[in-house]
Amino acid sequence: MASMNMIQALNNALDITLASDPDTLIFGEDVGYFGGVFRVTDKLQEKHGLTRCFDAPISEGGIIAAAIGMGAYGLRPVVEIQFADYILPAYDQLVSEAARLRYRSGGEFWAPLTVRSPYGGGIFGGQTHSQSPEAIFAHITGLKTVIPSNPYDAKGLLIAAIECDDPVVFLEPKRIYNGPFDGRPDQAMKTWAGHKDAEVPEGHYTVPLGKAAITRPGSEVTVLAYGTMVHVALSAIEESGLDAELIDLRSIVPLDIDTIVASVKKTGRCVIVHEASRFSGFGAELSALIQERCFYHLKAPIGRVCGWDTPYPHAFEWDYFPGPARIIRALNSAMEN
Amino acid sequence: MPDKTRLQLYIPKPQARPGEPVNFDGLVVPEAGSVRRPDPLGCEADMRDMPFSLVRVLDEGGHAVGPWAPDVSPDLLRKGLRAMLQTRLFDDKLFRLQRQGKTSFYMKSTGEEAIGAAQSLMLGQGDMCFPTYRVLSWLMARDYPLINLVNQLFSNEKDPLKGRQLPVLYSARDYGFYSLSGNLGSRFGHAVGWAMASAYRNDDKIALGYVGEGTTAEGDFHEALTFAGVYHAPAILCVTNNQWAISTFAGIANPRDTTFAAKAIGYGIPGLRVDGNDFLAVCAATQWAAERAHANLGSTLIEFFTYRAAGHSTSDDPTKYRPVDEPVHWPLGDPIVRLKTHLITIGEWDEARHDALTAELTEEINAAVREGEAVGTLGKSKPPVAEMFEGVFKEPDWRVIEQRKELGI
Repeated sequence: MASMNMIQALNNALDITLASDPDTLIFGEDVGYFGGVFRVTDKLQEKHGLTRCFDAPISEGGIIAAAIGMGAYGLRPVVEIQFADYILPAYDQLVSEAARLRYRSGGEFWAPLTVRSPYGGGIFGGQTHSQSPEAIFAHITGLKTVIPSNPYDAKGLLIAAIECDDPVVFLEPKRIYNGPFDGRPDQAMKTWAGHKDAEVPEGHYTVPLGKAAITRPGSEVTVLAYGTMVHVALSAIEESGLDAELIDLRSIVPLDIDTIVASVKKTGRCVIVHEASRFSGFGAELSALIQERCFYHLKAPIGRVCGWDTPYPHAFEWDYFPGPARIIRALNSAMEN
Repeated sequence: MPDKTRLQLYIPKPQARPGEPVNFDGLVVPEAGSVRRPDPLGCEADMRDMPFSLVRVLDEGGHAVGPWAPDVSPDLLRKGLRAMLQTRLFDDKLFRLQRQGKTSFYMKSTGEEAIGAAQSLMLGQGDMCFPTYRVLSWLMARDYPLINLVNQLFSNEKDPLKGRQLPVLYSARDYGFYSLSGNLGSRFGHAVGWAMASAYRNDDKIALGYVGEGTTAEGDFHEALTFAGVYHAPAILCVTNNQWAISTFAGIANPRDTTFAAKAIGYGIPGLRVDGNDFLAVCAATQWAAERAHANLGSTLIEFFTYRAAGHSTSDDPTKYRPVDEPVHWPLGDPIVRLKTHLITIGEWDEARHDALTAELTEEINAAVREGEAVGTLGKSKPPVAEMFEGVFKEPDWRVIEQRKELGI
């Protein structure tokens, strides 16, 4: 075991994969010599060689297209899109090509690629360094979408994503790269040091895709969150004094529907929390699924605490970000009914 | 300060519309054999004249002339002729079957048969082509079973793509033919990535990518060429310039005084412009680019100058936007007639053998169609509906399992 922050855990996952699988290679903007703008690929080129981890032109569509071709050949590419906000030039490649290749070719070709991308807000990133685009991938048949919330899961989920034969969009909450964030920007920054999920095994392990984690067991209300919001929700639950059950989805697709349904049937109440804007956000799908499956167990309307339906603003960061106060209000509202 | 001139938006127009006389004025067709053949291992900077010429081998008399005349055997040429003729006859037959409602859709490659056929025969079995929907002759040259094509076009129980894909959008991995999609250009970069992977593995395989001239306007074209140039990807990247993108003439994709091959110059790779109706010129250019790729010198962009003699698809009527007789006046002729003439000129073919081959291929196609019809045409037969739910992921997740049950399967 070693204590790692999320960047180190991701770097370690990539290091282990490069060492064990010669078919794995990494490329993206600034990932090679420089080691990535967030240091996730630091020293990988030096250690594994120029062809294993290299710099790419500023061309998101070109990066994903090349990765799909490599996958068709038999490699297992791991590519980086510098910010999830900039994945859209590659959206056609992900939606029309990577996600459909196995289906449309009758299984002759497939796209075993992993697309890593920092996402989410809380860093004064403004409109194009803060977005949470998971819902636009969740809607695409054939794509898997994974979001870790701590160093242990980040490493295990990333190795599992790379080893998966389906295309995986791996969104990394950059607000918690260096330490957990409980949604209280006025308080001192925390690091991962001392956090139980920052203890990371040094060797190979996986965290299975499609399995949620119960971060905090509870009996009164179920809270669904992922990424940074797991920590924000946990902090809100503690302040509320409620015995809430917090579920970290970890995978958006495949979704661990069984864990969610079992929890809501137990508690009868549910609050969904995500940074992405509300309308047609992933919370809408969660809410619909729960309503369909737990209707007779529900004691209150399902609550959604989300980003507002506006572009991600700069000056209004903490008015936009769904912080603990808004989550507590939603929890109390769920309990009133 | 001088008076400013009022600006005017320029919209290009083709030289002739329906009812107007065919006009190919300004189209410069060099004599066969007149264009130089640079050393394929030479420096790209010394080849920047090539995109503005037109490589041609077959002269008016059917002789192979000049430095590009390839060293190919009469057997290979006869195979090429067979593949082209088979493509033409198959296209005509399936076009008629679409009109009879036996398939929902069809696209002919009439006039462009030389390109896929020659390239298929010049490249190795392990090489991979990333086709457009108009490269059927690649599969014909590799003896892809006709019955697979027919079953795919009928979307019947034996459709190799299990009824999931629109007719013509084939996939044939074992024949070096990558999965087609309706999205234009989105696989051009896959060819480059595939080629990069071959180089990464220190393999000896090369990739062949195709786009039509209309699709060069897509961002994917630029992205693919950027990657091809930067990483010296061992790929042959082809633009089939058949003059028409549905109803849109080539001048809407590229300014008139340049060429599609010339786009290569900006990406630092050689650009060749080749008579796409000249089977031997296609062979020679492909051989040249393959030699360069195999020597680790990277990609070549080849513009095949040709003409889309038929409509865009069964949903299109070209007489609505171009002169009805434009195809017959195309100055580069018909690729099948030109290769046939060459083979006769060199004493390796004759009219009787040609007629016999036509009859033989016609019967093969009719037999495949009969076999496919026995399985079922569109709507008369289909793969098990369970196939609709397979292949979304490697293993189905709970959603498709549940939805399959909802449909009672």
